[in-house]
Amino acid sequence: MLKYVIRRLLIAIPVLLGVTIINFIIMKMAPGNPVDMLISPQIPAEALEAKRIELGLNAPAYVQFWNWFTHLLQGDLGYSMVTYEPVGKMIMSRMGPTLLLMGVSLIIGVAIAIPLGILSARRQYSKLDYAAVTGSFLGISIPNFFLGLGLIYVFSIWLKILPSSGMVTLGGNGGFVDILLHMIMPVIVLTANVAGRNIRYVRSSMLEVLEQDYLRTARAKGLKETLVINRHAVRNALIPIVTVLGMEIPILFGGAVVIEQIFSWPGIGQLTMSSIMSRDYSTIMGLNLMAAVIVIGANLLTDIVYALVDPRIKYNK
Amino acid sequence: MSNENHIRDNNGLQPLLTLENLKKYYPSDVKAVDGVSFQIYPGETLGLVGESGSGKSTIGKMIVGLEKPTDGRILFDGRDISGLSSKEMMNLRSELQIVFQDPYSSLNPRKRIADLLAEPLKVHRIVPAKDISGEVDRLLELVRLPRSSKNRYPHEFSGGQRQRIGIARALSLKPKLIICDEPVSALDVSIQAQILNLLKDLQKELNLTYLFIAHGLGAVKYVSDRIAVMHQGKIVEIGNKAEIFHDPKHPYTKALLDASPIADPRLRNKKKLTNVPG
Repeated sequence: MLKYVIRRLLIAIPVLLGVTIINFIIMKMAPGNPVDMLISPQIPAEALEAKRIELGLNAPAYVQFWNWFTHLLQGDLGYSMVTYEPVGKMIMSRMGPTLLLMGVSLIIGVAIAIPLGILSARRQYSKLDYAAVTGSFLGISIPNFFLGLGLIYVFSIWLKILPSSGMVTLGGNGGFVDILLHMIMPVIVLTANVAGRNIRYVRSSMLEVLEQDYLRTARAKGLKETLVINRHAVRNALIPIVTVLGMEIPILFGGAVVIEQIFSWPGIGQLTMSSIMSRDYSTIMGLNLMAAVIVIGANLLTDIVYALVDPRIKYNK
Repeated sequence: MSNENHIRDNNGLQPLLTLENLKKYYPSDVKAVDGVSFQIYPGETLGLVGESGSGKSTIGKMIVGLEKPTDGRILFDGRDISGLSSKEMMNLRSELQIVFQDPYSSLNPRKRIADLLAEPLKVHRIVPAKDISGEVDRLLELVRLPRSSKNRYPHEFSGGQRQRIGIARALSLKPKLIICDEPVSALDVSIQAQILNLLKDLQKELNLTYLFIAHGLGAVKYVSDRIAVMHQGKIVEIGNKAEIFHDPKHPYTKALLDASPIADPRLRNKKKLTNVPG
């Protein structure tokens, strides 16, 4: 198992390198550069040229990449070309709010999806089942930005009971309740998504397990129905769910870009958006690397947990 | 000619299990079991043969309470058990057990053998908690599996070994009657003989009564004392093994006998194959 993990980590290195190269190429192909984004009529052309040279933007692309890469090997993600802050520090300071939003949404989403999925499989074709499946369909198919804007319209503009943006009230003291109120709407949007996707996975996985012969065996042993379901059915049904939940983490980070934009949530997603808009090359590269690490890490974690919960799976190599 | 006429009084013994006019109809108008009556006496093996879909397995499931009969009675030890509540059925579970056909799918893949065998012991409080481990060892020994099997998972065993685990599981509750629902049909022929021998040995050791369900005559002939032949939800003939094999009365039984292959090629060539009607 340890060998397997080490091997996977070694494989991750070329993958990360490839991802950063591709990202660098795409970024360079996009029109404009950090200096162009600063242009205003008052700035003389010589100043812009000096700025370009200062940021190293006059060097050929491969030299720029090499500079970034050698710094990375020393653990240095460089400085933002717009705010002049260290990229690593910027990402770390934005990580907290994003993880808070994501963690809460993931936990609530899963806490809804698993029991509801199980219940709806046990009562297949009942009213509850139809309601759960329909609700899950809505959760998946309503776009995040639409649901977000809808919620803002209802709760902030119409009912005026929830703040429409930010993580704390400007000029206020912040505090737990304040953050909680700001979180409600973005969490609802992300939770609708997480729960919507996973109700279906849990339901179909459970339906499959309910057909299995070993449940008949458990009943023949004389186990009570609750034991048959909890001990024999649910535990087997949740094995494939582990994989799906592992995939939730990257999906949530992707969703954060849109959600944080709509609710002005001061997290990674907002930073991503603003750094792309200002062509802040070093910040974009840093965020991209972080996203790749998260995807690879989540995949590896999923595979490890999978082996832990399913005794039939063994990684030999 | 009713089925009752064929049943002998087994030296005045009380039957352990009596089915009276048992019926199971499914909503789609399928008569899976259509008025079946027979008796099983303590210590004997009744073979129940018939082609796929003749209702054999449904009878087995109704006896152990996994399916509810549409009509008719099931008497176990003189008590009617067909209409029991699930709680009352719980108590009877330990006396009525079933060994399933497919040992590959009927064991929970996430549980170790020790857990699989210990679970019914705990639920029915067969032995005190401190003796469970010893009881699991005893059960494994009973079905001739090494003690080291305890900490392994079902997928680490062959089909024959898994069926041994299935049998150990059924034995764990110290049942009086075991329904063997095609226990060997998923196994290789050489393994089949081992399992059949094990079942016969256990019957002697533990004084068990079997209802042995099968679609082929070979295994049934080897283990049964009496044989009942089923066809389209009804029992067409029931009698001693010798009677059924040497003097079959019903045309379906004759056809079934004619359809079973003969191992010796010289004898086989003398026989013409006939079609099984229905």
